[in-house]
Amino acid sequence: MKELTCIVCPVGCHLSVDESLKVVGNRCPRGEKYAIVEMTSPKRMITTTVRTTFEDCPRLSVKTKEPVPKSLMFDILATLEGIVVEKNVKIGDVIVADACHTGVDIIATKSISSQGVNL
Amino acid sequence: MKTDLTIVGGGAAGLAAALSAIDPQLNILIIEREPRLGGILNQCIHNGFGLHMFQEELTGPEYANRFIEALKDKHIDILLGTTVIDIQKKTDFEITLTSEANGYQHLTSKAVIIASGCYERTRGAVQIPGERPKGIMPAGSAQRYLNMEGYLVGKRVFILGSGDIGLIMARRMTLEGAQVLGVAELMPYSNGLTRNIVQCLNDFDIPLYLSHTVTDIKGKDILEQITIQQVDDKFEPIPGTEKVFEVDTLLLSIGLIPDVGLFDSLQMKKSPITKSAIVDQTLMTNVEGLFVCGNALHVHDLVDWVSKEGEKAGKTAKAYLLEQKHEEKDLKSIAPGSNIRYVVPHLIDYNHLTEPIQCAFRVTKKMAQGQFKVVQNGEVILLKKAKHIAPAEMENLIIKPEDLKSKDPIEIHLEEIV
Ligand SMILES: Cc1cc2nc3c(=O)[nH]c(=O)nc-3n(C[C@H](O)[C@H](O)[C@H](O)COP(=O)(O)OP(=O)(O)OC[C@H]3O[C@@H](n4cnc5c(N)ncnc54)[C@H](O)[C@@H]3O)c2cc1C
Repeated sequence: MKELTCIVCPVGCHLSVDESLKVVGNRCPRGEKYAIVEMTSPKRMITTTVRTTFEDCPRLSVKTKEPVPKSLMFDILATLEGIVVEKNVKIGDVIVADACHTGVDIIATKSISSQGVNL
Repeated sequence: MKTDLTIVGGGAAGLAAALSAIDPQLNILIIEREPRLGGILNQCIHNGFGLHMFQEELTGPEYANRFIEALKDKHIDILLGTTVIDIQKKTDFEITLTSEANGYQHLTSKAVIIASGCYERTRGAVQIPGERPKGIMPAGSAQRYLNMEGYLVGKRVFILGSGDIGLIMARRMTLEGAQVLGVAELMPYSNGLTRNIVQCLNDFDIPLYLSHTVTDIKGKDILEQITIQQVDDKFEPIPGTEKVFEVDTLLLSIGLIPDVGLFDSLQMKKSPITKSAIVDQTLMTNVEGLFVCGNALHVHDLVDWVSKEGEKAGKTAKAYLLEQKHEEKDLKSIAPGSNIRYVVPHLIDYNHLTEPIQCAFRVTKKMAQGQFKVVQNGEVILLKKAKHIAPAEMENLIIKPEDLKSKDPIEIHLEEIV
């Protein structure tokens, strides 16, 4: 039995799920679906930063282009440890392709250039 | 230097204001003390921004970029790395600026929009007992150090206050290798969004201590230990409930306050509740030609509403400059009624009422279901049902000019539906 709080809408139903994936406590079908995904293949977006050589912008913010398996969060972060951005980057540019064989790229969420950042 | 409209602050509010004020007849200037535009959004690298504006979940820098791109090649002047240090109202506004590049500068402007954002409450504001070591700081400051400079401020962390910034930092510091030992919240419920409780605390098994506060701090030079204690319904610590944590960092997520202290020389009338200017529906203060918007006016939880309010200020400032017609005002109050803490705008100017009034307000207690009532002369002129009402979430209501039955004051009430 696992206890979850549903985050599909602001009600925040308290859900319980057992080993056979039977859900109780949900007030709507979306809660059941949420609980089953959370129990079987939970996914999360990762947002973090990587190092750069730009003096006025020492960190570049990045994100996974899509949600990735929750269990791989720390492995994916570890692959970003050694990354150093030295060239100009535009929002959406791929910083790391296919992170940990998830098929999901890590992309920049900020543009940086040697002409200065943002205007 | 002379200009028509000066916007103080290049965050979400200032950027939206600038975009909607653009007009071939007007010279518009944005002044931003940071080296780049975007304001607080630059440090909010997490996603969840823009659901109302763009129907997309963007990160803070991506959201800011949409507005910055829209401003490119527009007829707007931008001074970066420049701080406004004084504004006086003579016939026009006389503004003093300072920057590393140009030193002191003076400027006159016909109208001013203050979009200077807010600051975080510190330890002094809540008087936490104990010693005064290093290692205690507002959660937003820690966020800035980590996300913009790349410094993790500590390894063993405790968080006081369950506001969204604190929750988001609990996750962020955990992902960066710190150990977050817990979050203490004075109230019996969290002030953060449910999804942040789930995705920032539950995901990482970080305990949330409701009805708890920090009652002691130890550490001569560097923070060594904190004590938390449960509180009763009068917020008094209950003896015997002490829990001790060995930590090097205490992050405070205990509230935000509009940052308008610098503009006191303008003598704008203020509200003791929002701690910022009293404005009418055009977002103008009692100082003719002075507008305030965004977190500088009242603290918003979603950036989308900040952008909408900035847009409004830009639009009304433009109308004011092009039509110069605010000498004669007919001001009446929009008062907070039962279960409502405050309403912005605080006033209606019936002489300049051409557009729907966008009211933003906060309630005083949690309700599963309720209805908002706009009342004028004892008569209900507008009714809006709502679900899951909570003090932590800002509510919105639009009053159309035709809803108003007379030129009398109005009140907004909240009634519970059981
Ligand atoms: C830490 C944090 C996390 C948040 N997380 C979320 C979230 O997840 N989702 C969401 O929707 N919203 C979030 N918000 C809310 C939202 O992002 C903000 O409400 C919004 O961005 C504020 O915009 P603003 O323009 O009013 O203020 P700011 O962004 O603070 O901009 C004010 C600007 O004015 C400048 N300034 C101030 N004084 C002067 C001066 N004297 N001279 C020159 N320049 C000056 C400042 O440098 C700053 O750039 C968060 C807010 C904070 C503080």
